[in-house]
Formats: sequence, structure tokens, C-alpha cells
Amino acid sequence: MKDFVSKRARAIPPSGIRKFFDIAQTMEDVISLGVGEPDFVTPWCICEASIYSIEQGSTAYTSNKGTPQLRGAISRYLDTRFSTRYDPETEMIVTCGVSEAVDIVIRAITDPGDEILVAEPCYVSYTPCVSLAGGTPVSVICRAEDEFRLTADALAESITGKTKALITNFPNNPTGGVMEEADWRAIADLIVDHDLLLISDEVYAELTYDGNHFSPARIPELRDRTITLNGFSKAFAMTGWRIGYLCAPPEITAAALKIHQYVALCAPVMGQIAAYEALRIGEVEKDAMVREYCLRRNLFVDGLNNLGLTCHVPKGAFYAFPSVESTGLTDVEFAEGLLREQHVAVVPGSALGPSGTGHVRCAYAVSRDNLKEALSRMGTFLESLK
Amino acid sequence: MDEKDRILLQLLEENCRTPVSELAVLAEMSEEDVKDRVERLEKNEAIRRYGAVIDWERAGDGNVAAVIELKVSPERDFGYDRIAERIARFPQVRSLRLMTGAYDLQLLVAGPSMHEIARFVAEQIAPMDQIRETATHIIMKTYKENGTTFAGREEVERLPYSF
Repeated sequence: MKDFVSKRARAIPPSGIRKFFDIAQTMEDVISLGVGEPDFVTPWCICEASIYSIEQGSTAYTSNKGTPQLRGAISRYLDTRFSTRYDPETEMIVTCGVSEAVDIVIRAITDPGDEILVAEPCYVSYTPCVSLAGGTPVSVICRAEDEFRLTADALAESITGKTKALITNFPNNPTGGVMEEADWRAIADLIVDHDLLLISDEVYAELTYDGNHFSPARIPELRDRTITLNGFSKAFAMTGWRIGYLCAPPEITAAALKIHQYVALCAPVMGQIAAYEALRIGEVEKDAMVREYCLRRNLFVDGLNNLGLTCHVPKGAFYAFPSVESTGLTDVEFAEGLLREQHVAVVPGSALGPSGTGHVRCAYAVSRDNLKEALSRMGTFLESLK
Repeated sequence: MDEKDRILLQLLEENCRTPVSELAVLAEMSEEDVKDRVERLEKNEAIRRYGAVIDWERAGDGNVAAVIELKVSPERDFGYDRIAERIARFPQVRSLRLMTGAYDLQLLVAGPSMHEIARFVAEQIAPMDQIRETATHIIMKTYKENGTTFAGREEVERLPYSF
């Protein structure tokens, strides 16, 4: 039989953490800092509303772009929370998580030969999605010394005549880095002058600890060339519900909607109802979770720095991204050793792009007791290296 | 009370044995600052007492607890305060509140047996002049106490890794 797998599918690299996953599965008492999702269960008021709606028989398809109630609520939420305005009818699609939004928007804008810039280190899906769409992904490096911001110099270096768009994710997975208004303004001219689109994945927007999240679509000259992606997974502890959304100018929204209706039809109705409840009554519990993440960040980053694993204070998301260079190990060796010897799971930074090399990603979305235990085990591991 | 006070109070309410050094890291302030603030909150009685949440049933204690509702005739000039003070003096009374609704005072009473609680209500509380009516509800099972859930549910299992 011939090999039926397409060249495109074959060319996508496999996950860089598969072997860690396999080792961790064989262990009993692993403290996992490897999971990029909240450890909280979805607030009960949100679950309860969704359960009730199922009992009432809400189990059917919805409008392709999502229920009007949810889109209306998202539009009001974005306006009051982040001062960005989107028409719920023509500029918004509710998707199966932000993951789907990333895929359909990249497919909606990419032609073969187009170069799409990806600000690294970052979540793993952008690069393969660009490749699958026939585009060429190009890395732009955010450096530790810039607190993992995207700078105009780094961006300018990567732009060519073929560059079509830039993908960013702030607050950032895996670094916890954020972009403030001045940081966006510093790169806005480059984006406009080179006539680029900006795909801004803001799924961690609510998890911003020192000050407020700034959406680049607030900058007038960027508004109509920005595609804002956001969702409910991180802010409302709703990863399993699979509800995200994209907001974009009408032409791009219309193009992405065509793809969405053929590949997903619509996001699950139970999730949409839950998401609507999250915006309606979930704020108090969301705020309580955000405060708890902030406490955990303070505890964990202080602990890392005390251990000599230098770590900038992440201002958003729930990741610490310490350097492990002082140990003399590579990030993969460090992560492997820490898992085998002390049963603490972290993600080697190189799995999240070449610029993550020398760092490990630690998700502090676990209880404070477990963070303390993880720090103590990391201390034991570091001692054993001496 | 400012935001920092609120953080400290919440942390202490959750675990009053959290060391000062840890409170300082969590609340992003110096240890001196933590001590000053806690001292002030103790002095103005925002912090009433430090205690533990005990699951007495789990601990093997055979005590019985009951919620008792009292209908009370308020007194001129004193309202409910004087009778409430008298009732509060009994060590069996663990908590005491004035309520809106069908009755006035609500007591949480603990004792070694159902019989003891019944005797306490019949002999100590009911005969007081201002008490018009009592209703005693024995607590059968505690599911949640002061924000802590007792009935242990298995934690949802998460994958060890994800992006």
C-alpha cells in the first residue's frame, strides 16, 4: 500500500513533550506544572445554567456564527472591559475554542507563499496552522531582557516583501510577558507601513495582574487591520467547554465564517449557553480566581528566584518562565531530570519555539500547597546537581 | 480597609497559621508591613480570634448539634439585646444571631447527646420570660462549614501535560 499521509501532514513536527507525557503517566505522585489550564472547576453558577438548559432541551445547532445572545454579550463585554467595539452581527464569530479561531482566520488570509510572522516563544499551534494553510511561518523573537515583549527592532528585521500578517499572544503563553499601550504604539507604525494584518490572541487578557490588559485594536490605525481572538477557557476555567471567538473587520469575518461553517458548523450550544452565563453572572468568581493566580505567582516566582532560577515577574497568564542556564543543563535535560528524580513536571522551553531554549515553562495554575512542594522538590533536585 | 488589608484578612481566614514571611511574599509587602497591619486589624477587632475549622464527626467526637429557633418578645428600651446577652452566656451556645423572618433568634447549640440538648432547651431557654416559642432542629450531617466542604469528593484528574 502506498503512503497515504499527505506531505503537509507529514511535515508538521510532532509534539515536543510526548516523551515527558509518557514518563509522567508511569508515576504516582507527580506534581504537574505542565498543564496550561486552570485547576479550578468551572464556577457552579455557570455549570448550573448549562445543566438547566440541557434539561430544557437546548441541544440543537445554533446560528453558524453563534447565538445572538452570546454575541451581543461578548460585544458589550469587550466594550466595557477592554474598550474595543465590534458589531456582533458582522464582525464576530463564536468558535470551538480559540484553537479553531486561530485555524480559520489563518486559512482565511493566507495564500501560498505568504509569510506569516509568529512572535515567539509561543503556544504551539500557530506555526503548524500557517504551514497547513500553505503559508510560510517566520519567527520573531521576544527576548528575556525585554521581559518577552515584542520590540520594533525584532519585528523590522523579520519583515520582507512577502510578509502578510503578524501573530501575537499577550499576555503570553509560555513567558507571562505582556504588551502595554506604549509597547503596541512602538510597533504600530511598522504594521501600518508594511500593510500587515495583526492576529492578536488575547485568551489570557483577564489574567493580567499589575494594571489592565491593553488590546491593540484600541489603537485607531490598527483597529481595521487587527483580528482579536479571545475565549472563555482561561478566564472562567472553562477549557472543556470549547468556546472562543474571533472579532475582525467584516470582510475577514465573512471569509472566516465560510470556513467555520464547513469545518465546525457551530460551536456547541451547551458551551455557548454556559459562556453567556459566564459573562452575565461569572465576574465575581472570575475575579476571585484571578486574585488567587496573582497570589500563586508571587509565591512561586519568589521561590524560583530564591533557588537561583532567574525569572522575571510575569505580569499576565499563569506561567513562570525561569532560565535554567545557571544549572549547566539544557532545558530538556533539566525537565527530564526533574521529572525522573523529583516527579515534578515542567515543559522545556525549546518545545515552544527556538527562542524558548534555556528556559522551562511552569504553569502555576495549581494549589499553593502543591507549588510549595514543587519548589522544595526543585530545591532538592538543584542540590543533587552540585 | 484597603486592598492589602483585604488580601491579608482573606489569607488569614483561609489559614491563620500562614507564617508572616509567606504572607509578605503573597501580598507583595515587607514582613514589617504585614506585622503592623495584622496588629492594627487585631486591635480594632476586625480579627476577632484565630481558630480551626474542625470536622468533629471525623475527629470521632460523639457530640450532637442543633439549630434552635426562638420567638422572642422584645423588651422596651432593650429590644432583643438583653435577652440575647443572657442566652449567649451559656457555653452550650456556639453561635447566636438575630434574624429576619418567621422567628427572631437563631442558636447553634452543641451537647453530648440529643437528650442533653433537649434538656438544655426545656430547662434553661424555654422558661425565660421573653421566650414565646422554641423549635429545635437536630443537625444530621454537615456538608460545608465556614467555606470548607466536608464531604470529600475525588479531585478531577487532569492530564500531566498540555500546551
